Amino acid sequence: MEGVLKDKILLAHGSGGKLAHELIEKSFVKALANPFLAKLDDSAVFDFSGRLAFTTDSYVVSPIFFPGGDIGKLAVCGTVNDLAMSGARPLYLSLSFIIEEGLPQSELNQIVDSVQKAVQEAGVEIITGDTKVVHKGSADKLFINTAGVGIIAEGVNISGSNARVGDKVILSGTIGDHGIAVISQREGLSFSTQLESDCAPLGDLVAEMLAASPNIHCLRDPTRGGLATSLNELAKQSKVSIRIEEEKIPVREEVLAACEMLGFDPLYVANEGKLVAIVTSEDANKILRAMRKNRYGKEAAIIGEVKAEHPGRVVMKTCLGASRIVDMLVGDLLPRIC
Amino acid sequence: MCLAIPALIKSIEDKEAEAEIGGITRRISLWLTPEARVGDYVLVHTGYAINILDQQEAEETLTLLRQIAELAEEKG
Amino acid sequence: MRFISEFRRSELAEGLISQIHRQSKTPARFMEFCGGHTVTIFRYGIRQVLPKTIDMVSGPGCPICVTANADLDKAIALSQIPEVIIATFGDMLKVPGSCSSLQEAKADGANVHTVYSTMDALKIAEDNPDKSVVFLGIGFETTAPTIAASILEAEEKGLRNYYVLSLHKLCPPVIRALLDSGEVRLDGLICPGHVSAIIGSRPWEFIARDYGIPCVVSGFEPLDILQSVDMLVNQVENGKSEVEIAYRRGVRPEGNQQALKLMEQVFEPCPAQWRGMGEVQGSGLKLRKEYRHFDAELAFDITPCPTHEPVGCICGDVLRGVKTPADCQLFGKACTPQYPVGPCMVSSEGSCSAYYLYGGGLEG
Repeated sequence: MEGVLKDKILLAHGSGGKLAHELIEKSFVKALANPFLAKLDDSAVFDFSGRLAFTTDSYVVSPIFFPGGDIGKLAVCGTVNDLAMSGARPLYLSLSFIIEEGLPQSELNQIVDSVQKAVQEAGVEIITGDTKVVHKGSADKLFINTAGVGIIAEGVNISGSNARVGDKVILSGTIGDHGIAVISQREGLSFSTQLESDCAPLGDLVAEMLAASPNIHCLRDPTRGGLATSLNELAKQSKVSIRIEEEKIPVREEVLAACEMLGFDPLYVANEGKLVAIVTSEDANKILRAMRKNRYGKEAAIIGEVKAEHPGRVVMKTCLGASRIVDMLVGDLLPRIC
Repeated sequence: MCLAIPALIKSIEDKEAEAEIGGITRRISLWLTPEARVGDYVLVHTGYAINILDQQEAEETLTLLRQIAELAEEKG
Repeated sequence: MRFISEFRRSELAEGLISQIHRQSKTPARFMEFCGGHTVTIFRYGIRQVLPKTIDMVSGPGCPICVTANADLDKAIALSQIPEVIIATFGDMLKVPGSCSSLQEAKADGANVHTVYSTMDALKIAEDNPDKSVVFLGIGFETTAPTIAASILEAEEKGLRNYYVLSLHKLCPPVIRALLDSGEVRLDGLICPGHVSAIIGSRPWEFIARDYGIPCVVSGFEPLDILQSVDMLVNQVENGKSEVEIAYRRGVRPEGNQQALKLMEQVFEPCPAQWRGMGEVQGSGLKLRKEYRHFDAELAFDITPCPTHEPVGCICGDVLRGVKTPADCQLFGKACTPQYPVGPCMVSSEGSCSAYYLYGGGLEG
């Protein structure tokens, strides 16, 4: 590597001076090479026509490295997915780093590398960014903030309030992988098989679903709060009830086992590479087939349908055939003894 | 109260063991079940094995439940 | 998952449900004492599949819910001592005490760690020799032996900075107190499965013998609960009152002798405060003289805030099975899982929480 790069990030790296420029050029611009960043202007300038989707997010996950990913990959995928959930084709991202002084340069490089790989897979570009360095204790190693824009094609109208009675609910794959992969580090659980975060960009999956049928009413990615929380949000926004079947929901055995041990319900555990779609019942199978052809939708399944009774509620049929309410997550998921 | 789940003992080192359930493993304590052996299933509560699971009794219970299910089918 | 999945199979459940419906002719009220059983019952919708002859009521077997405010206030006061690290099971974090909660104390700067096991707490003590780690000893006879083991291990390792606040409770004395109060008429009791794994089935015999109430020791999967209800119905219809073990794979009549030995070595019974029931003789555990140097109450100067009970909260009545959550004026309005007034709403296995989260009266 050219130049003198210290092995730890210092306050000086965020002050706008020579060290800061060196950091930006060597660590960021070089890795994320694109015409916008190369200009190093104060803002990125681009043309567009049509409807734009615009989103922002902050990433504070701890630990910053976890099985299957890191905070960098999470930041890109999370932003891309928020755009995709509006039916947009994700285009450009901004990327801001708030670095705690003392973060090893090697760790920052590893994260930027992850960002670059994720950006490449998602087919987006990081066109503007910012770096700040704060005192020890003021940030937990690294915080990342992003914003993203995407273009919504004509005729695409996806919103949480569009669900209609009779629609089917499709889940793109297994739930709970990300949350358990992250918490396993803390709780001293190790996996004899590879359980990793499912962190993935879903822009292509959504594009393929829309190509199969325009009759997609809602899309949501069940991140914090899990599937249960997302379904509750949709039920409330659309003023309908959503009825799901426990036995149809795909969950990996390791996730179930970890949940049993810690006292979690997989319905509330975070996902970072899954989506739930509410679609017309006529086109449900067609959309399902399209999803299963994509690497991130292989285990997609129809898990329920939209009903009129108990509007705003999510009801689940248990393995005994009885029904129970599935509420939103309240507060944090905490391991319990009881 | 008392979340305890059945886990398989894979290896033992002094008073601790590696226990596995559904593809995940955790270090557990055998302070309460010093007689546990590799290959036993134990009930794990807050990281401690609180009892050795009786596999034969488990099978017998399942057999009983199957018989009840068959009887119910006959009675229509 | 072996020994879990098999006990959730719907086709076996149908057989049990059908048999219960065929057998149950006499109206009967059964109580599940244990909060873990309450969770299974609500999570799988078991009340809905039982015949109308059976009325299920939940009992005070939630160690979080029955911890008195005064005791929780002590824990919160301990957390506010600068050199103290509180290690606690996650269950206790959000429970409101008289003027705060551990979660709020943590937000105000108190050092509070949630742990899965006392093994983790011992590690925190080893890694922080200049701090004092206080473990919140909550739980019944299932958990108390694990805390006893942690104390013996701390002794073995020569750890001088590990302490326990013993708030452990024992089940048989409180069941006796509940039955003596005459407030709840019961025709059957589903006995706690993992408490029984430790103490065996013999400590429940007084219930069948002195009160004529059938007892079945149950496991925690839906098939276990259904099987236990089936066995209780059988006893009721045949005029029997005995203690039976349905959870044969997990419970022996004599219990776990080694666990009982460790528990008796470290602890001795004492009176304890139960929310909603006042003081019950011999229902708590305190550290024996030889282990008093591990006792957090003796090691630290604790000045808790003045105790008071939340106005309008009928958690005590709900715990005794005298009222249901729906009877409470605050339920679902001022008291929700997000803004709980009493522990029955915040504990994951409190009756109010189960009712709220799983829809107490939802029909198929």
